[in-house]
Amino acid sequence: MRHIISVLVRNHPGVLSHVVGLFTRRSYNIESLAAGVTENPEITRITIVVTGDDRVLDQVMKQVNKLVDVLSVSDLKYDQAITRELAIITVKTTLQTRGAVIEIANVFGAKVVDMSEDTITLELSGTERVLQNLVRLLKPFGISEMARTGMIALAMKSSEEQ
Amino acid sequence: MKKTGAKIFVETLLEHGVNTIFGYPGGVLLPIYDELYHAPIRHILTRHEQGAIHAADGYARVSGKVGVCMATSGPGATNLVTGLATAFMDSVPVVAFTGQVSTHLLGNDSFQEADIYGISIPITKYNYLVKDTARLKEVMYEAFYLATSGRPGPVLIDLPKDVQTTQIDEPKLPELTLPLKGPHYTPEERKRQLELILSLISKAERPVIYAGGGVIKSEGAEKALRHLAEKAKIPVTTTLMGKGAFPETHPLSLGMLGMHGTRYANYAVAKCDLLIAVGARFDDRVTGEPSTFAREAKIVHLDIDPAEVGKIIQVDAYLIGQAKDLLQELAEGIEPQGLASHEEWLLQIDQWKRDFPLSYPKKEGVISPQYVVEQIYEKTQGEAIITTEVGQNQMWAAQYYKCSRPRSFISSGGLGTMGYGFPAAIGAKIACPDRIVFDIAGDGSFQMNIQELATAVYNKVNVKVAILNNGFLGMVRQWQELFYGRRYSQTRLSGNPDFVKIAEGYGALGLRVETPEEVPLAIERAIAEDRPVVIDFHVDPEENVYPMVPPGGAINDMLDRKEK
Amino acid sequence: MKISGSEIFIRSLKEEKVSHIFGFPGATILGIYNQLLDSDIQHILVRHEQGAIHAADGYARASGKPGVCLVTSGPGATNTVTGVATAFMDSIPVVIFTGQVPTSMIGNDAFQEVDIVGITRSITKHNYLVSQVKDLARIIKEAFHIATTGRPGPVLVDLPRDVLMDEAEFHYPAEVSIRGYKPNYIGHPKQIEAALKLIAKAKRPVIYSGGGVIRSGARQELLELVNKTNIPTTSTLMGLGGIPGDHPRFLGMLGMHGTKYANLAVTECDLLIAIGARFDDRATGKLEKFAPKAKYIHIDIDPATISKNVRVHIPIVGDAKLILREINKAVVPGDYSAWIERIEEWKREFPLSYQQDDEIIKPQYVIEQIYDLVKDRAIIATDVGQHQMWVAHYYKFNDRRMLLTSGGLGTMGYGLPAAIGAQVACPDKLVFDIAGDGSFQMVLQELATAVQYNLPVKVAIINNQCLGMVRQWQELFMNKRYSGVCLKCAPDFVKLAESYGAVGLRASKPAEVRPVLNEAISVNKPVVIDFRVACEENVFPMVPAGAGIEEMLLS
Repeated sequence: MRHIISVLVRNHPGVLSHVVGLFTRRSYNIESLAAGVTENPEITRITIVVTGDDRVLDQVMKQVNKLVDVLSVSDLKYDQAITRELAIITVKTTLQTRGAVIEIANVFGAKVVDMSEDTITLELSGTERVLQNLVRLLKPFGISEMARTGMIALAMKSSEEQ
Repeated sequence: MKKTGAKIFVETLLEHGVNTIFGYPGGVLLPIYDELYHAPIRHILTRHEQGAIHAADGYARVSGKVGVCMATSGPGATNLVTGLATAFMDSVPVVAFTGQVSTHLLGNDSFQEADIYGISIPITKYNYLVKDTARLKEVMYEAFYLATSGRPGPVLIDLPKDVQTTQIDEPKLPELTLPLKGPHYTPEERKRQLELILSLISKAERPVIYAGGGVIKSEGAEKALRHLAEKAKIPVTTTLMGKGAFPETHPLSLGMLGMHGTRYANYAVAKCDLLIAVGARFDDRVTGEPSTFAREAKIVHLDIDPAEVGKIIQVDAYLIGQAKDLLQELAEGIEPQGLASHEEWLLQIDQWKRDFPLSYPKKEGVISPQYVVEQIYEKTQGEAIITTEVGQNQMWAAQYYKCSRPRSFISSGGLGTMGYGFPAAIGAKIACPDRIVFDIAGDGSFQMNIQELATAVYNKVNVKVAILNNGFLGMVRQWQELFYGRRYSQTRLSGNPDFVKIAEGYGALGLRVETPEEVPLAIERAIAEDRPVVIDFHVDPEENVYPMVPPGGAINDMLDRKEK
Repeated sequence: MKISGSEIFIRSLKEEKVSHIFGFPGATILGIYNQLLDSDIQHILVRHEQGAIHAADGYARASGKPGVCLVTSGPGATNTVTGVATAFMDSIPVVIFTGQVPTSMIGNDAFQEVDIVGITRSITKHNYLVSQVKDLARIIKEAFHIATTGRPGPVLVDLPRDVLMDEAEFHYPAEVSIRGYKPNYIGHPKQIEAALKLIAKAKRPVIYSGGGVIRSGARQELLELVNKTNIPTTSTLMGLGGIPGDHPRFLGMLGMHGTKYANLAVTECDLLIAIGARFDDRATGKLEKFAPKAKYIHIDIDPATISKNVRVHIPIVGDAKLILREINKAVVPGDYSAWIERIEEWKREFPLSYQQDDEIIKPQYVIEQIYDLVKDRAIIATDVGQHQMWVAHYYKFNDRRMLLTSGGLGTMGYGLPAAIGAQVACPDKLVFDIAGDGSFQMVLQELATAVQYNLPVKVAIINNQCLGMVRQWQELFMNKRYSGVCLKCAPDFVKLAESYGAVGLRASKPAEVRPVLNEAISVNKPVVIDFRVACEENVFPMVPAGAGIEEMLLS
């Protein structure tokens, strides 16, 4: 099973090595890891997507929580979290296919951020599933390069209150 | 008034009551060594940085205080790595200071530069690279706090040279801003767990307590453990790290469990219906194949570290906290009259004890290594501090030296570091000058840090080394005998030195013992001597450690000596 | 046919033509040790894993072949860390195999488990944790490839116990293809052309030669360049032997303890040609004052070294030997005669010197005598500290692979095991370890190894009864406040040698030095010589830390 773990850490040089080092040391598999500052510049939020059963998740959370720099760890349930990922995708195009690519982009609400004779670069933020769908539809045209940020997430306040 | 980082460093050590440092100087540490010149801190100069950190570790284990060591940048720092990992695996509060090249040279592959911060991430509880003198005092306060609080462990502080020389205004006493993590369970949940445990205890017919190093580390926990065991009549087995948590001469003691544990301890664990683990971590050397471990039992886990709960084995109930507090709480919570009877269980255990005592063959004219340990036990009345190296010597020491009090059996349990025992003995003796300290060593292990003889002699650290000299890397040889058809590959130590002559070369006393009759006399002589002594016991070269659980086996399925 | 991981390991090493392994057994690697019994690979059993890795390193430096070291998990692995860092800093091709607990236990804090891959990330060129037996042969192939190509360096391979027990078909890959690793050997012709122009225009050029010349085997090419152009040449510690030590254009070593004339030449030069050197702080002193008037040409295999510490005008990335060949084909020197004359004057004015004494042995004298006796017949290993610098000053290295010393990490205790490794690699050569009394004590247990395999290394302890280099700094910069440096309580080294079954000798007077050395050389056994030297002798010249290299203390 996949889990999104949201970790708040003290923001200082070296903290990422500690977190990443833990994952390699304990040989947990992570799918993605994204880090960025929070509303408080002294605190960084790291969002980690891991795969494993509940026992693995339990261990990951406890071990992460043990790190001195970690302020809190929470398991964001998929259905109770707002998740987003940003992708930048460069697609190969010809005069014939350019229109079709732009049309797909429009349907997804992706922005065209660059264009050349034979490529278009799109930007899209959305849930993982939306990104996957876009990638699937663009693939036949030929994706020449892609960069994804990895998932970031916050707990959904409205679902907590229910 | 302005102060240099080096001065702040020494003052902060003094504020933490540090009076002994184990170290080795070098170029980038010169400012600190200059401050130490007049400071009321005893600096023990070792002969290799590995000796310094093991000595600090031994000092910490017997005293309960933080062990402090110091090494220069580059190779000095990397020479600490094994010692850091040793302390980390056994949760020992050590603060290690390393010199570092000046901040403007960092990352340039400068002379004697090593990224000890990155290197030590997996083997420290926490580590720091101090880049600003203004942060130094605060970092040191945090480090001492982290090393000793919660589950203890080593903390490393990397100190660039310019941070030591920069002058700043007198820093304020820092307020610790470390994140305080709330309990990970609610008070209600805790209450539920406690009640569950108490009810499990009251219903158990065949309970066993499995006590680990956490009981040693929690001040006074051994008394709480004894109180609980006696009140509820529960037999106690300990891990290697837990030796001394419960008197091994006590009728309820089962001795050590695990790969080389007693048969009765392992049988008791295999047959028990309730296992109360306290300050122990279900290490593979204890559990054998985890799926077979205590499979008839409900399992209760008491530990300071929430991450240990459920790491190896699913537990039925648990509590998080200091071993002493938790054991006291349980002892207070149980009512002896409400307990199920353990009569039958205790009789069964006594039967096992009679049927399967620890034993070894006594051969004419040949010294059994176990006999040496027994004699050390006799001659020191069980009151000595014992350090061990790693391998057969370690297991024989654990089996035959019965410990009655905590902080008296000092051994590298988790990392299994050969060469640990001798420098650890030096640290232990410095911490407890009034106690007899014996390092029970193998000939292979002792050679690894033999250079520290100079440290012991110069500082008049009166430790005794008993080498169980079998001319082999004995434990590996034993595995080769049992599992590889006696194909002894690279385990014979040809070219062993003459240990007596070496001891003399260092100005220590060297004794050689070749017959069983000489054993007690040599030990008496060593104890009487007011200087370091090395005794070279020529023991039966192919004696094995039994009983033994083969790796990956179930712990009640033990190999034993073949009847001849 | 499927074979076990242990067997794959041995067969892969055979494919790599490994003939010697330095190691120490343990539970996790018993399978390999069992296979070793049936193999013709010779295993040298050391007494501490630090000895194994330094010996493998010394073996590599002396032979040019990769050194191989095999240790168990946990403490076995961590005991190699200093040696791995030593090899890394000096770019030595070593492959380290560490045992590991079974994959199912990794991360459980199992007995003798340590995350050695995480620990060594910053001190290896590359490292691997093998998780499946089917990858083992490929990874071993890659490890040797990475260790020995490009800028060489240590590669560590972590071998879980179950991977060694599992079975797979054995296919040793014929070639290696690693996407992110394609070292460049050929220098860019345009850059070479630009360099040639600078050389022709220069009035006061200096060659600054480093360990890269040794690693690349570019000695002949460098010599040809110097002979063709007459460019004065200085060397780093790691580069000694890259050009004959008695060559008239050789300036000796530069840097903190370099010769005054080398440092003056670098300070005054208008063109600095750095070859396989990395502008280390011990060579450059204060960077702003290093060769301030010069244009820089930098030849190096490692693009990351270019302009790391100084801004280089003409970088040439590639193999020193190949690049020097190209340069030699077309080089047209300028007229440097005035420059050479000026340097000769400096050489006369500021020679290396020390005060000889009739009663007390001067450490420099011991080294001169060793050189005088054995010259090019010997391989010299050193430890770290004053004696290391005196060796650099007073021993003339006329060939590469003659000097084994820890230059980058500065590891005390490197010398004896490195000498053992060198003796294994070169059984017919005379191998000396010139050691300090402090350094020697760090690894003296390896005397047992030398005795067991009858490796007749000669250990010359320059015994000044203190940590001499640190003491020197305390004398010069801390008003003689000697803190933590006294080694007065040392063992009796002669007795110690004898208790290991080696020969122990002592010299306390200058007149005894030569006879004792003769005796040491004549016995075919390991020998330890305790040279009781003057305690407070200092290494001069010396550039104080943070100063420019021309600002030298001469005494």
